[in-house]
Amino acid sequence: MATTETGAEFTLDTAAELAAEEGGRGIEGKSPWALAWRRLRRNWVGLAFLVVFILIVIACLMAPVYSAHVSGMAPNETNLGGTITIDGKQVEVVSSGGVTTGSNGEIQVKPGGVPIGPQWWHAGGQYVLGADSLGRDIATRILYGGANSLQVGVVSAVICAFFSIVFALMAGYYGGIPDWIISRGFDLIWAFPVILLGIALGTALAVNGFHHFGINLSGSSLWIPTFVISIVYIPYLARPLRGQILSLRQSEFVDAAISQGASPFRVMFSELLPNIASTVLVLFTLIVASTILTEAALSFLGAGVQAPNPSWGTLIAAGENTIQTAPWLGIAPGIAIALTVLSLNIFGDALRDALDPRAKVRIEH
Amino acid sequence: MVAFVIRRLFGMAIVLIAVSFIVYIIFFKIPGGDPAQRIAGRTATHANIVAIHDRLGLDRPFYVQWYKMIEQLVTGNLISYTDQLSVSDQIWQGMPVTFSLSIGAAVIWLFFGIMVGVMSAVTAGRLSDRAITVFALIGISIPVFWLGIMLRYFLAEQRSLFPDGGYVPLTTNPAQWVYHLILPWFTLAVLSIGFYGRVLRSNILDSINEDFVRTARAKGLTPRRVMGRHILRNSLIPIVTLFGLDFAAVLGGGAILTETVYDLHGIGFYAKTAISNLDLPPLMGVTLFGALFIVMFSTIVDVVYAWLDPRIRLQ
Repeated sequence: MATTETGAEFTLDTAAELAAEEGGRGIEGKSPWALAWRRLRRNWVGLAFLVVFILIVIACLMAPVYSAHVSGMAPNETNLGGTITIDGKQVEVVSSGGVTTGSNGEIQVKPGGVPIGPQWWHAGGQYVLGADSLGRDIATRILYGGANSLQVGVVSAVICAFFSIVFALMAGYYGGIPDWIISRGFDLIWAFPVILLGIALGTALAVNGFHHFGINLSGSSLWIPTFVISIVYIPYLARPLRGQILSLRQSEFVDAAISQGASPFRVMFSELLPNIASTVLVLFTLIVASTILTEAALSFLGAGVQAPNPSWGTLIAAGENTIQTAPWLGIAPGIAIALTVLSLNIFGDALRDALDPRAKVRIEH
Repeated sequence: MVAFVIRRLFGMAIVLIAVSFIVYIIFFKIPGGDPAQRIAGRTATHANIVAIHDRLGLDRPFYVQWYKMIEQLVTGNLISYTDQLSVSDQIWQGMPVTFSLSIGAAVIWLFFGIMVGVMSAVTAGRLSDRAITVFALIGISIPVFWLGIMLRYFLAEQRSLFPDGGYVPLTTNPAQWVYHLILPWFTLAVLSIGFYGRVLRSNILDSINEDFVRTARAKGLTPRRVMGRHILRNSLIPIVTLFGLDFAAVLGGGAILTETVYDLHGIGFYAKTAISNLDLPPLMGVTLFGALFIVMFSTIVDVVYAWLDPRIRLQ
């Protein structure tokens, strides 16, 4: 179409005129965030998994409610000699074992200490996912454990993101010697296998806690795994950010801000930071997935969340010991972790597709 | 090239010294209190603690303490006070198991990772690509140790398709060696297969529109040759780095979860046992050992890169 219906030649405003004729609307400017949101909205799979993640978070936050009104048991409440009523019959929560004689005179040996399996809703909300060998309610423990796992995972990712952003901004803005020092610091953390560094720090601190700089944490504090995991992941987040800031540092808008007399702080936080926000958002989602997996691994090995706090990792470790008699104890928390991490990974991917930064995070074993 | 290699080796030595300082800080400085007390473990006697104080030079300046720690580790004199065994001897003994596990798993994850990546990139957007993407995502989302426990329970304990953990040395019986390691290999490989597949897929899709690919097609090369010779070669470069570091991590004891789950008495298993006893000397040894491998392999990766791409040497 070379001319419009009015026969006018193309002018600078032709596009606007054409748009004005159609439905009488002018061209609206759309921010990159609005465009990204529009792309994200169309990705229903990504959004569905965001909903899954939010539902898991809500369920774990509701753990006390579940404990009080559904299962009626506290997370550490044992029920060794207890019985529950299922379809009018009394059933032992943890079998006491013994020898019984069957109707045909056959002698049956019932093994003792075997906990009751998943009851779903037959026992009126009790032992929905079964009991462990002490008669504790597994569903309640998974919800409480999930709250701890999610707390450690999300809080450590937040701390990690904070330090990564600050270090990356300083390294990228100042360049030269500060950049060299910060980058070599990342290299050093990077030189350790994630899991071994986590274990080394986690165990060294679990012995008698952390007592420096006026901070006193006991060995079983949730803050220890939280800090350990956040330190371990700093280079994974900070390296891509530093690279991006180094190239942004060369752009005209930064020179313009500096020549107008903007302070380094202002340039870093109100000029550079908004430009890396989309990368931070995507990487943050993926880092949360990694921190949750790392928390589970460290807790499984005994170097993460310490007793008496439950977490998904320690629940799997407990389940491994009783896998022969009560496999559901190990199966259920693993499904919870996998579903949480999967939903974060899928949503993170959808977010990246919508925002399209060329970001890559390395995930460890 | 020689100058480059020497420069890298020099850099490696400095990083190793720095890394050992970090290990020193983690175990001696961060926790607070008397390090000798922690190192002596739960069964510490007063005489024990005094002896450790003396051997590690704990009342001397920090660089003497650091030097003593390295000296004790290297000479095999650093012992775990829980079992009175030398840490470096124990690591040395765990190496065949860890290396068998790591090398086999690395071959599997590299092979399947590349296969998965190429397959999903070639069929990008189609059903098979979507299916592969879903499986890759599940693969990177499952906790390694949980996957191991489940595979072991369902395939080795419920049905006796595979042996129930344990390790048979290659020199004793090669067939049993493979048979015992199949499940651990796959358990360790699943995460990397998924991850490499995804990275490779996006790399291939990036380079598929490059000019050199169009040129290769225009001069009449078969699609297979364009993919193998031109696209894949270029897309595999980031995989080389990933592989170098991941392989180093598992060789250096990073396969701790898989070793724990399958009762493979390698370096990672040694570290796991130390955690449950809160026994610090083995953890010092294993952490330093793991870092040693990563630093060594990242130097190797750099040199391989410089050899592949001469532009890097000039930087």
